[in-house]
Amino acid sequence: MTPKPKHSTTGTTAESADISSSVDSTAAHLMVAHLTVADLKSSKSRKNRQKAVHAGLALAAMVSVAVSGFIVWSLISEAWTFIVEVEWSQIFNIGWFPRRGIYDVSTLLTATLITTAIAMLIATPLGLGAAIYLSEYARSSTRAFIKPILEILAGIPSVVLGFFALYWVAPEVIGRISDNSTGSLAAAGVGVGILTIPLIASISEDAMTAVPSSLREASTGLGSRKTATTLRIVLPAAISGIVASLIVAVSRAIGETMVVFLAGGAGDTALFTSSPTDSGLTMTAAMASLASGTDNVVGEGLTVQSLYFVGLLLFVFTLLLNLVANRFVSRIQEKY
Amino acid sequence: MAVTFGRVLDNKTSTRIEREVASAIKRQGSDWKGNTFYTLLLVMLVLTLFILAVLIYGVVADGWDILTGWLPSFLGGTLGSIKAFEGQTLGVQQGLAGSFWIAVFVALLSFPIGIASAIYLEEYAPKNRFSNFIELNIRNLAGVPSVVYGLLGLFLFVEGIPSITGGRTAASAGLTLAILVLPIVIITSQEALRAVPATLKEGSYGVGATRWETVRRQALPYAAPGILTGTLLSMSRAIGEAAPLILVGAITGFLGSNPSIVDPRQLDDAFTAMPILITGWTQNPMPEFRVAAAAAIVVLLVFVLLLNAATIYLRYHFEKKREA
Repeated sequence: MTPKPKHSTTGTTAESADISSSVDSTAAHLMVAHLTVADLKSSKSRKNRQKAVHAGLALAAMVSVAVSGFIVWSLISEAWTFIVEVEWSQIFNIGWFPRRGIYDVSTLLTATLITTAIAMLIATPLGLGAAIYLSEYARSSTRAFIKPILEILAGIPSVVLGFFALYWVAPEVIGRISDNSTGSLAAAGVGVGILTIPLIASISEDAMTAVPSSLREASTGLGSRKTATTLRIVLPAAISGIVASLIVAVSRAIGETMVVFLAGGAGDTALFTSSPTDSGLTMTAAMASLASGTDNVVGEGLTVQSLYFVGLLLFVFTLLLNLVANRFVSRIQEKY
Repeated sequence: MAVTFGRVLDNKTSTRIEREVASAIKRQGSDWKGNTFYTLLLVMLVLTLFILAVLIYGVVADGWDILTGWLPSFLGGTLGSIKAFEGQTLGVQQGLAGSFWIAVFVALLSFPIGIASAIYLEEYAPKNRFSNFIELNIRNLAGVPSVVYGLLGLFLFVEGIPSITGGRTAASAGLTLAILVLPIVIITSQEALRAVPATLKEGSYGVGATRWETVRRQALPYAAPGILTGTLLSMSRAIGEAAPLILVGAITGFLGSNPSIVDPRQLDDAFTAMPILITGWTQNPMPEFRVAAAAAIVVLLVFVLLLNAATIYLRYHFEKKREA
């Protein structure tokens, strides 16, 4: 008797398994006599279902491509009207007053730069510190406790950070170092920074845990201390992931809307300022404030189009940053 | 008595030398750089946790009057003026209704389309330039600022097809947010499908199953917890998102009707949502609305944190189970 396959299967597949493992040629002959090529083929309905499912899934995957297409189309078609029709003297003016036809983009860009810089000043040390601690120093029980807490911070909606930045950061932190204790670019920047801490922490921690432990062991074996191993071996090995986390955080900070909208302290207009403790409008806040007026997006001439123009700028900036970050991430994936 | 370098040392000296050598090897107590670095890391971590604690404390403390005073009527109340606050008819029901319908759109559109895309990309798509392009495209979509999705919603759903969506309505908002979380659903589902052991699929093919049968009977059940985690995460992102809704035209001031939360007739009407309501009240300079905004934040956070807690629990639970 031939040894039966261990797994018990049913139907034709079991019989064919028997054939292949069988040395009993008569039995095999008997089987083959019953089986024709048609039996081994899938039924027509089974094949059709295959095709239908394949087509359906491919169609679903195309949706995301279509979404990208629509985003680019909507931004460019409306922004183009703005670019063609706007008077360029209004692009370089005293500030951002879209309903009066004054569109000084540098006001928005400067404010965005200020909030992003402050956000990164807050988030980089805190996020990296947490990541290094969790990856290199923390015991597994500590990790199991801290990581979910960071995930909770990551899950907090940005309106909540906006509220916090306006009512707690602005009076308690910014108000103590300046005269402005209501909304300001600095308060908004701190809020955005808090929002990006978990982003930096999780991406760079992933990068550091991906560093093979053999590197650490070799370093320790040569007599390095923990600090030297961390700073001279692990960090350089994980650098592309860490850089990627910082780039992603910058991109997130540039695109963050609600925190700067609520805590930036400006209405839907702003004079040019380069002082962090002033109130101001970033690109995103300008878009949100323009759209949230009682009349929604209505205004003189090119007001609506200016919205799409700012949106296009924002889209291009974040896209470039994300492409660079992707490069860095794929580099670390190739290495280990 | 010990002998060192040919000299006879007394016991005292030899113990001293031994200790010095031992401490030189271990370098005990001299690692001030390492200690400083470690302390610094710990300070960063504690500071992060401290910020989170202050944030939660601040919101709860600000909303305390409503949370302990008239929470039930706040949950059933509507948008309104300071009079509504004093009469305790101010509340979040319209916001809960808007957020509920947005969640329905996300569940009905993003989940099936997202999971189907992930299956296509992981199990069906040939590895060529085109599928690489789709993957890159999805990763970039995940990084597009949410306010830009708002512009898309305004262009496409509010002004593009108002005959279907009704313009500035909950339907437009739901469609916009469904598109916004689509990349998140795809990416997390892809990761879950990628973690399915190849042996499982090969075994299935080996017994004659077709590709779809393999996906449905082997890959999907195995990846289900991971996919579920992704969908819950995207849901929590969708109900906390405010910026796109502002662009699509959510109402922050007054909203006439207050239908029950699950009444679908409100879909083609003006709408608000929890984060929008919070935005409106936060912008209101009257101190009463700071209380209202904080209380509404607590209500929103309960939902968001429950969803997040569920994902965290699921992930750790199944990680443990897989390891065992």
